[in-house]
Amino acid sequence: MSIMTAYAQAEAVRAGRAQPIASVRHAHLSTRPLVFIPLKMAGEAAAPLGAMVGTHRDDPHLLVVPQPRDRSLRFAFVTELAEVMVPYIESFQRASETVGTREPYERFLDAPQILVPNRGGIGFTRLLGRSSRFRSADGPYPVHPSVPVLGRWLTFLAERTEFAGASTLLAMTELLALHWATGQSGTEDGALAALLAWIAPPEGMTALEAAARAENPLLTPPAGPATDPGFDAGVLQPGIEAYDSTGSPAQVRGAIKSQLEPTWQLMWEAVDVLRGLPEGASVADRWARDRDDFSRYTAHLATGGAPQPRLDSAVAAAMRLERLEDAQARYDAQRAFDDPLVLAEYRLTGTTFAGRVIAADPTRIVTGRRRVLRPLITVQTSDPVRLAPGQVLRSPARPGQKAEITELAAGRIVLELSGGMGNSLTPRPGSVPEIGEWLTYTDLEVPSPRKRPPFPSRENTPWTHGGPPPEYIPTDEDAQEAWS
Amino acid sequence: MSRLDTLRGPVPPHDHNARTIAALAANPGCNRRAVMDAAGIDKEKTARHLGHPATVGQSVFAIIRANAFEEQVKANGCAQLLKLLREKLDLSLPEVSYDDVNNVGDDRGLRHSRTRTLLRQAAEDRGGGTLFDHPVLKLNIAGKSVYLEPALIAFQLKGRFHVVEIKSFAVIDGQADPGQVAAAARQSAVYVHALRELFAERNLDPALVSHDVILVCPENFANTPTATLVDVRQQLTVLKRQLSRLTRIDTILDELPMGLTFDLMHDQDGTPTRSRDELLKAISEVDARYAPECLASCEMAFFCRDEARACGSTDALGRTVRDQLGGLESVATVLGLAHGTLLAAPDQAEIASQLRLVRQFRLEATA
Repeated sequence: MSIMTAYAQAEAVRAGRAQPIASVRHAHLSTRPLVFIPLKMAGEAAAPLGAMVGTHRDDPHLLVVPQPRDRSLRFAFVTELAEVMVPYIESFQRASETVGTREPYERFLDAPQILVPNRGGIGFTRLLGRSSRFRSADGPYPVHPSVPVLGRWLTFLAERTEFAGASTLLAMTELLALHWATGQSGTEDGALAALLAWIAPPEGMTALEAAARAENPLLTPPAGPATDPGFDAGVLQPGIEAYDSTGSPAQVRGAIKSQLEPTWQLMWEAVDVLRGLPEGASVADRWARDRDDFSRYTAHLATGGAPQPRLDSAVAAAMRLERLEDAQARYDAQRAFDDPLVLAEYRLTGTTFAGRVIAADPTRIVTGRRRVLRPLITVQTSDPVRLAPGQVLRSPARPGQKAEITELAAGRIVLELSGGMGNSLTPRPGSVPEIGEWLTYTDLEVPSPRKRPPFPSRENTPWTHGGPPPEYIPTDEDAQEAWS
Repeated sequence: MSRLDTLRGPVPPHDHNARTIAALAANPGCNRRAVMDAAGIDKEKTARHLGHPATVGQSVFAIIRANAFEEQVKANGCAQLLKLLREKLDLSLPEVSYDDVNNVGDDRGLRHSRTRTLLRQAAEDRGGGTLFDHPVLKLNIAGKSVYLEPALIAFQLKGRFHVVEIKSFAVIDGQADPGQVAAAARQSAVYVHALRELFAERNLDPALVSHDVILVCPENFANTPTATLVDVRQQLTVLKRQLSRLTRIDTILDELPMGLTFDLMHDQDGTPTRSRDELLKAISEVDARYAPECLASCEMAFFCRDEARACGSTDALGRTVRDQLGGLESVATVLGLAHGTLLAAPDQAEIASQLRLVRQFRLEATA
């Protein structure tokens, strides 16, 4: 939360409508996303009640667990879910490209993208993955072979959400809130219907009216995974009792469908709203990382890879942390470079400024060991700059060019430029800013792909970190873990 | 008739429980909640009559599950619980006796005195371990005694007492939902506090009651319980501060007009007959401190939110937003300062210049 967003919220209150806080879309949006809306039984950690899932708005699959306390019905649900999800995921494993210059590797051209309504949907995905990835197709409590496969994929997707800018599994409320500020609090924004009410209220309704409607569980069922307590007592419980006595799931099925259908429509509406935004320039770069990870995990599974451990070992945890930090730095910088509205936040902190070029010496040559082109420009700004001479800045208009501050006084900043001007001693036309040009300079830098810091191998885990961890060998106990 | 009785009207006061007391501590700045709770007013009915019914509530399935798990842990003289205390918390327990306070019957006063007797004996004896089930504790809320019937067991070992809280949310691979753990800790703090009060009253050392609460939850996806020690010192501090504020409720009441009442004026069938406008006016006499967090814990939340929105308060946007906006109270002030149509007061100079920049940068970025 920044003051920019907070102010946009105040404007949204006055305007009675959500205000944009981004001018481009900062996440990849697949041409064929899979929408997944899970429901769980209240009071249980991960007892599925039902789900609506599918890649086409006119063709949702409805999955229902008529007696959520029945273990075999739960696995039947996971099996049924796997029938939809695993083929969807595997459909992206057909076409690949060879990338990487030094160590070439195969990367799939596309990757799956699963959209859930909210953060709770991601949490449920994680738990469903956790409760099914260790299962086994043989042994005393065999499950369908697709169950542990789906469990591994769900875990993969849920873990991937921790990386800033990853788009293989997204919570719709968070995705929308990244691009719009509403006139309500984050608590209310956590409900998909109420959030969409501010962004795209139905014809003839104000955002507040639409949000009030969205908060009435009788008119708008919650987007899950928790269901409305009134629905549980009044509709679901009698339905489950009817199933117990007659064996017919029809009543529960109807009940679950009624709770899921409105959210299903909202999810696709939200997809439409997001498609209306142009994609940010570096979204493709981040999606390539998603594709990288997807390709890597596909290879891991193809070689009979073990399920993800319950807890990371010391070395794995350190490596994950390093990757998380790298992803965060990349995401922050890329987003600012892609979007002036995001960059504006940094202008407030004084690490970024915008101004007009008032003087330029585009052909300045500096003679050191050899003669090099080092143009100077002077930018006039009224921003509250907190930078110092010697700092190296970049402008989103010319990201390949470095600009070092040489002088800084009274709103006039002199910058020495290097790079991005061609190889001769005269700059390529347009590569040096001209007098009168309006520019933004920032100290943000997109981290260049770097070598991983040297982490010890698993066998060389230092004693300070518990020494080498035992090798994970799947046990029958894991496979038979009670799910009650 | 005390002023609180006048406020409530001729209906019996609404009972407190650990959940409501913990919720009090969650928003210490709200005079409205403090007054309504001190007077024992039924907030749920009040909100409904005002046309803003609450959605605070638990699912039947959650309640069934919670009861079943608690029953299971406590079955056969707490067999599962004892096993846990030995194995998970490494307590070398000798013979353990189990006392069910419910044995003396349903009367709360009687059960409370039985609780006191048992705890005193245990505190002085310092012998083997003892478990107490269904104790009844008493707490002074705003000068009024309130009975608490925790579904908990006070566990005594070597003269130290622990509160055992049984919750049915799962701990999966050593991790539980932080929100639920925090709520459990706040509730347990109420019990620890009440137990300590009881000890102090009987000239026993309150420090005999440990600030480490034993939280019992199902492990992973099974029904097998697991136990964790939770330090509730921080929650205790917050609770104590809020309760001491409540005892000074007189200072809030002194500010209110004489004869002010929130009486719903029920007819014989229990239907409220009080005019809605009149009630609304009466309630508005006591200031609320609305925050979006109230939506999950207070029955009046929708009413207060409506009120906050109607006067364009930044509270309705949440505390972080308000803090980001320099604590400015109203949306109109925020926009006025940003647009330069409002002259900044001396203490607003800094935030005003920030807001003007924000507006300028937003305009430039969207141009």
